[in-house]
Amino acid sequence: MFGLNAKDTRLLIIVAILTMLAPFILNPFPEGSAMAQFNAGYPDLMQRFVIFGIFAIGFNILFGLTGYLSFGHAAFLGVGSYAAIWMMKLLTMNVIPAIVMGVIVAGLFALVVGYISLRRSGIYFSILTLAFAQMSFALAYSVLTPITGGETGLQPKVLDPRILDGPLAEGATPKANLFGLTMSSSYEMQVGGWLFTFNVGYYIAAIVMLVAFYLAIRLFRSPFGMMLRAVKSNQQRMNYTGLNAKPYTLAAFVISGMYAGLAGGLLVAMDTQVGPERMFWTASGEVVLMTILGGAGTLIGPVLGAGAIKYMENILSKINSDILHTWFAFLPDGLEDLVVTLIYPFIGKGWHLTLGIIFMLVVIFLPGGLVEGGQRIAAWFRGRKAKGSDKDASGTTTEPAE
Amino acid sequence: MGILEVKNVNKRFGGLKALSEVNLSIKENTVHAIIGPNGAGKSTLLNCLVGKLIPDTGSVMFDGQSVLGRAPYEINQMGISRVFQTPEIFGDLSVMENMMIPCFAKRDGYFELNAYGSIGSQKDILERAMHMLEEMNMADKRDMHAASLSRGDKRRLEIGMCLSQEPRLLLLDEPTAGMARADTNNTIDLLKQISEERDITIAIIEHDMHVVFSLAQRITVLAQGTPLVEDSPENIKGNPKVREAYLGESA
Repeated sequence: MFGLNAKDTRLLIIVAILTMLAPFILNPFPEGSAMAQFNAGYPDLMQRFVIFGIFAIGFNILFGLTGYLSFGHAAFLGVGSYAAIWMMKLLTMNVIPAIVMGVIVAGLFALVVGYISLRRSGIYFSILTLAFAQMSFALAYSVLTPITGGETGLQPKVLDPRILDGPLAEGATPKANLFGLTMSSSYEMQVGGWLFTFNVGYYIAAIVMLVAFYLAIRLFRSPFGMMLRAVKSNQQRMNYTGLNAKPYTLAAFVISGMYAGLAGGLLVAMDTQVGPERMFWTASGEVVLMTILGGAGTLIGPVLGAGAIKYMENILSKINSDILHTWFAFLPDGLEDLVVTLIYPFIGKGWHLTLGIIFMLVVIFLPGGLVEGGQRIAAWFRGRKAKGSDKDASGTTTEPAE
Repeated sequence: MGILEVKNVNKRFGGLKALSEVNLSIKENTVHAIIGPNGAGKSTLLNCLVGKLIPDTGSVMFDGQSVLGRAPYEINQMGISRVFQTPEIFGDLSVMENMMIPCFAKRDGYFELNAYGSIGSQKDILERAMHMLEEMNMADKRDMHAASLSRGDKRRLEIGMCLSQEPRLLLLDEPTAGMARADTNNTIDLLKQISEERDITIAIIEHDMHVVFSLAQRITVLAQGTPLVEDSPENIKGNPKVREAYLGESA
């Protein structure tokens, strides 16, 4: 279906179902219960899942296929964001021109950065991209203040020209919308103790992510995708086979820059503000972590990695010592304090420590990322199932559900 | 006029004169061997032919066109394919994909941005690659990881990849180096068969005299960066200068 083979179609459909049902799936705990803080089904976080999923999918096209490790991809995300917010200031609060312009400007910027950075490979390429990203950050932070708003960043103001929109009513704030449908509007559904939120912005971002994911699958399965894997595998052979590796890597670089611009545009569409910190090198490092954590070079890995990191960033960091004390209140006092003291460094502001440990464990024990973990579990189940069915013949055990 | 004409080529590396006044003419549809002791300049000469090095002076003409200053991929597109001393293949890709890549390069040129169409829809490429694998007796290995092939099979695959582009000149850089005797003989048979069945010129750089004398129709002996003599294998065997420069030394 859709020009994909059965396996890829199945993957796409599974991802589509999961994203569409995310408000349910991510809210498994009833409101007000002790576990409610592990719920991730609120619009802001769900939007981040899919938007950073797009960012990581695009990064993976470059890193996963060609092996070129860009350490400056946040620059494209940032440039896309600035382009998008300017569309909102000058043209209209409709998100479509903003997102489209984010993609175009990020693509052009990636063309320039890629053209220069791809003169080198390996660590030198990484350093060049990092240098570009830090320069972009510095420019946005200070030199280009008239365009970027400097440290405070930009947001749409009531008095912006917005030539396509009519003048706003007195005291109204400009809101991002899609032909009148406001991004921030939500429908809330109360079922028993559960509260599910269906947010317009999330569903638009999710649909964009599904399209981006579909295009990435096509790219992976295309002759172009095969050539990118050839670049990673043996550039020497490629050169002596009549193929010029450079335009291939540059095209991959620009495409992944456009994905980053798309993510940047969507971030602005969801939350109409942008600041230079979006381009800081830690943001570039984050997408590297997402891709490797999920599984570089796999289709679904980067999305999983993005989800895992954003979940930890938003959920783990909210746990504080008071919450820990209520959890472990059943323990004797001295022991309770000890347990809380032991766990405390890994939560709240210490969530980076948890991330670091998980990242280390994944890289050491699951070099293929979370995807490899999933494959191993599936293989283990299959092995047990095979054994189980052997035993079934003698009627002793039941098959474990898959 | 040969298909490849090398005229007065000089190449220095600092104080070392790697090639001096090299003249070489390779006739179409022959197997031409270039032999010489270590450091004679064989590899330097080969690198000048494929665009990896640019000679300081002199000219290299392939089929009436200069190759100097062109990138390796451009020279390949002109019709020169190169087989490396250690097989250079796409180890992370399947054998079938390895064979498809040169087919794409032949059909689409050095760059083609087809990021939307599926590989499965490229029927002509699939057919061509499969045909070539059959010819190389590797059809049963099509789904294997190329890196997991044996040394001999990697060599076979590399030669097959080069042939799938229908090059007019095939350059081989010590194709049997480090191979077991059986693999060496298989490679000799394969190359013999290729030169007999196809309109192709083969230039081979080789240390192994057994390989040289079982394949070559013409032999150029290179010593200290200059061609010592060019002749038929029979005459080379009896040439006292060659014995002194090379054969005697290695015997």
